[in-house]
Amino acid sequence: MNSVEFRKELFAEERADNLSEIGRPTVRQDILGHVTGRSAYYDDHLFDGLLHMRCVRSPHHHARIRSVDFSAAERMEGVRRIVGPADVPKNLNTLLSLINFGKEDEPLLSERKTSYRGEPVLAVIADTERQARGGGPRRARGSVANGDRRRRPPAAAVRVDWEPLPHVLDVEEALAPGAPTVNETYPGNAFEYHGRYDHQKLRFGDVDKGFSEADRIVEGRYRMSPIEQAPIETCGAIAAPETGDRYVCYTSTQALFFSLSTTAKLLDTASSRLHFVGGTVGGGFGGKVDSIVEPMAVLGAMLTGRPVKFMWDREEEMQVGAPRGAELWIIKDGVAADGRILARSFTGYFDSGAYTRLSSYAVVKSTGHLPGPYTIPNVASNVFCVFTNRTPATAMRGFGITGVDYAIECQMDRVAEAVGMNPVELRILNAYRDGDMKAHRRVAKNTALIECCQVAAQKAGWQLSPDALRQSSKEGGGGRRSAIPETATDQVGRIGERRRSQLPAEPLAGPGPRGRVPAGTAGPATEAAPPQRPDMAMDWEREKSPAAALPEPARPSISPPPRIPASGISAASASAASPQAAEAPYAPKAPFSRGVSKPGVSRFLSGTRRR
Amino acid sequence: MAKRKGRGFACINYPIGMNLGGDPSQALVHSTPDGKFMVSLSSIDLGQGMKSVTRQIAAEALGVPVADVYVDTADSDTGPHCMGSFASRGTHRVGNAVIRAATEARAQLLEAAAEELEVDAADLDTDGQGNIHVKGAPSRSITVADTAVAAQFRQGRTVSGRGIFLIPPSEANPETGEMTPVSCFAHGAIVVDLEVDEETGEVEVLELNSAYEVGRALNPKLVEQQLVGGAWMGISHALYETTEPYYPSREHGPVDFNSYLMPGPGDLAPHHIAVIERPAEDAPFGGKGPGEMCANPVIPAVANAIYNAVGVRCDELPITPERILRGIRANGGAQPGGVRR
Amino acid sequence: MPKTPVSFNLNGVETSLFVDGGQNLLDALRRGVGDLTPKFGCNQGTCGACTVLINGRPLLSCLVLASSAEGDSIVTAAGLADGPNLHPLQRAFMDGFAAQCGYCTPGMLLAAKALLDRNPNPAREDVAEAISGNLCRCTGYAPIIEAILAAAEVMRRSSRT
Repeated sequence: MNSVEFRKELFAEERADNLSEIGRPTVRQDILGHVTGRSAYYDDHLFDGLLHMRCVRSPHHHARIRSVDFSAAERMEGVRRIVGPADVPKNLNTLLSLINFGKEDEPLLSERKTSYRGEPVLAVIADTERQARGGGPRRARGSVANGDRRRRPPAAAVRVDWEPLPHVLDVEEALAPGAPTVNETYPGNAFEYHGRYDHQKLRFGDVDKGFSEADRIVEGRYRMSPIEQAPIETCGAIAAPETGDRYVCYTSTQALFFSLSTTAKLLDTASSRLHFVGGTVGGGFGGKVDSIVEPMAVLGAMLTGRPVKFMWDREEEMQVGAPRGAELWIIKDGVAADGRILARSFTGYFDSGAYTRLSSYAVVKSTGHLPGPYTIPNVASNVFCVFTNRTPATAMRGFGITGVDYAIECQMDRVAEAVGMNPVELRILNAYRDGDMKAHRRVAKNTALIECCQVAAQKAGWQLSPDALRQSSKEGGGGRRSAIPETATDQVGRIGERRRSQLPAEPLAGPGPRGRVPAGTAGPATEAAPPQRPDMAMDWEREKSPAAALPEPARPSISPPPRIPASGISAASASAASPQAAEAPYAPKAPFSRGVSKPGVSRFLSGTRRR
Repeated sequence: MAKRKGRGFACINYPIGMNLGGDPSQALVHSTPDGKFMVSLSSIDLGQGMKSVTRQIAAEALGVPVADVYVDTADSDTGPHCMGSFASRGTHRVGNAVIRAATEARAQLLEAAAEELEVDAADLDTDGQGNIHVKGAPSRSITVADTAVAAQFRQGRTVSGRGIFLIPPSEANPETGEMTPVSCFAHGAIVVDLEVDEETGEVEVLELNSAYEVGRALNPKLVEQQLVGGAWMGISHALYETTEPYYPSREHGPVDFNSYLMPGPGDLAPHHIAVIERPAEDAPFGGKGPGEMCANPVIPAVANAIYNAVGVRCDELPITPERILRGIRANGGAQPGGVRR
Repeated sequence: MPKTPVSFNLNGVETSLFVDGGQNLLDALRRGVGDLTPKFGCNQGTCGACTVLINGRPLLSCLVLASSAEGDSIVTAAGLADGPNLHPLQRAFMDGFAAQCGYCTPGMLLAAKALLDRNPNPAREDVAEAISGNLCRCTGYAPIIEAILAAAEVMRRSSRT
């Protein structure tokens, strides 16, 4: 019922389809293991004397912990160890400290207060999974979700004296003055960017000027609720003492060294004492990056000297395992009567939940993605990473992009309706093309949006005008479209400011000084580090017949390629951007790879196979 | 009361790899005594096919058959560092690291063969079938297996390689947001045809027609797996899934698959896919990761199709029957929306 | 904790073990016997990853008390292949790229086997219905349905010859 076709004729001149193994439908290396059931996932490692770990979790959105009494739980049958915050050597972390981004803001087990329903405060290690559950407050189905104390059996063995605190669940309310502070590391309930603002800014051109020139203003407000990654294998890890004073950890992680390094940090131990094994994972979709089960399991193994499994059940996976966070996007477009979008402004909110995890990163990633795959001369955005009293959010397939793409593409249909245009043709009209300047001040290359639009419409039998069908990603870009305009800036939203007085969230609104960044201001693009030694650089010559070697400039060199400033606009010096340079045609900055021929060069020159 | 048909469109691009770089991956390649190759990674195969795609990349770069290559993922004692499987970075970052490691191993292989054949290594080539021969003189050859034996048992050479790929970390500008997010983008566009029951608010997706640009389909079947499965997930995200159905309220959260909904095998619509390949200059053989982007255009295309069918703007995800019915009621009835097509 | 002896036939082999009172068959098979092919996905009876055949019927082993399996004939994915020769369903899943992460695959194969054992010539709708209790998060189901239909055809052809 499905069908797949390969449109080899498109971009054929940039591609040499002459490879031996690449491009073949080779069966998966792991498939025999999968169909025989023998692929070994983390839980498929058996240990004698395996202990089981379960967490005691907060039933409140936001609560202070007055006291914890686990003496009864300790005496229960099968219970080996109660693990508390004091057992965690370094009980504060932020995931992205591994790339030096953000402040430590999340404990592994919380000691003084909890900031979301389901936040762990203790762990119980017992001989069986059932005994470990019994050691904690027994939960009727759905009680974590509903927080209803009456539905918990009275036999809950760990007694926590909670003092519920006011909570905030809505991102806009969380930023308002007087909102309860969710996360003491960020008292303004927003991640702090560059030590300066409570949001990440994007400024390109002057949206207010664009709006004033527009024939229509189109506005939209789009919200995406949290989504569970829902891999069929739940998150988990089994840790055990290994010979040589080390610990082995079988894990479902999506990022082996990320989890290993996080574990070493939280447990204050040398990474060389940790041996992590994984790599065959029952689905992830972003939900297995957070590195919580690994330090917990290894800590359990350290404290008991026994193998310990810490595995989320399905309810935990859905309610305390981090989902794709909710997002709220507000878009304002200024549109010319002919459908050209002249200005687009965004206000975006990522609901990070109680802690940062990875949402701070998603904010910057989404900022780099704006205004979507379109060339718009004036773009501005303010994007916030907001803390609320809910389960922390994390990555999921399309992280940072899915929510805003939903918003942008619904908005594009609103624009199409406002100007009475075919929605596919509207996209082709505004699509980015090779050589265009993007709002993050780098030149577009290797684009293919127009072709995708044309082919999808054609497959569905959706009629496009001859003009729309004539368009190409390789033509019509660059030139004036590669220019970086003079840009309006503001300094609204300095850290702490929004706490003291109500400030508008949208770009270029609110009090404070305004600035102008001169036209043409852009630094150099960051390029991949070259191969460290010559013999790690592929022998490109063997892809070509000796008589038809490419001209010298197209040959890969092992030294970094010369930095050709993006479409001729010189680095960081606005005034130096001459109109002539801005007209330079698109040229690839790095040599093309093996099997990839240079645009404009015949594939027959570059593509003869070595045999 | 009737079922109303609607058609929606959306298109997207998707950044390949971790935003702002700083996410290295490494690979090690070594020959067994008889000339088979082991690729050691700490990268994760969570179903996307990491083992399979890096195996094909290694075979291509080494110049040996894919059957002679085996990829081992994720033992921190043997696999060198990899940032992880996320951000559509696996094919791009790990693939490039594998190319470099395989290339170094290949150079050593050819040096060993050159010594056996008493020629210059630069004059040698592989045939992709397990043989090494003198360029232009195919009869003057030695097998990869014999070369590996000679290298390790007679010449005292390793046949191994190391590779790392890194886009160095950079920052976003606080005032303008200027940055180098990534080095290449994948693309996609989709047309969704569906039917909305104006009485129940239920949506039935009837057909998907899509075009995805993936750089190069390194393994066309693995690409197909991602695109078909990803589009399914996109429909699921558009119409079914959430952990907080009344967000920002935390009530009524699902705790099992009876309450966390997804389309089942009886809810599928035919999906007709066109794959477009425009190789990216710094990607392994031009291939971009198709795994994440494929779900993205589906969601807004479904929303736009529902508006087209019944005139309800779907500004909140997921687009449940309840939200559609409330929208129809607020509009005073179902009216086709959007530009007639 | 008192243990109960239980004996059943597992993939053609008489198997006996002691189980705990409340232990489910999934746990008994995995930790008691060491057959790791049934997978833990939810322990709630909602995902199908732990599907096994009990006396030919596809059942969720997480919802079956191990002590109730006395005398039963149980087939898991470990019992599908005939030695090194794959079952046609396994072959079809392999050739049809019907698995990605592979975690739902053992349960999916057994749900499909139960269908083909009772209906060698299923319609697409029959296949969809038969696997509707088995969740897959990766494939979007279409390749799985195709693979099961392909296997059915192979099995019909080989039974004719």
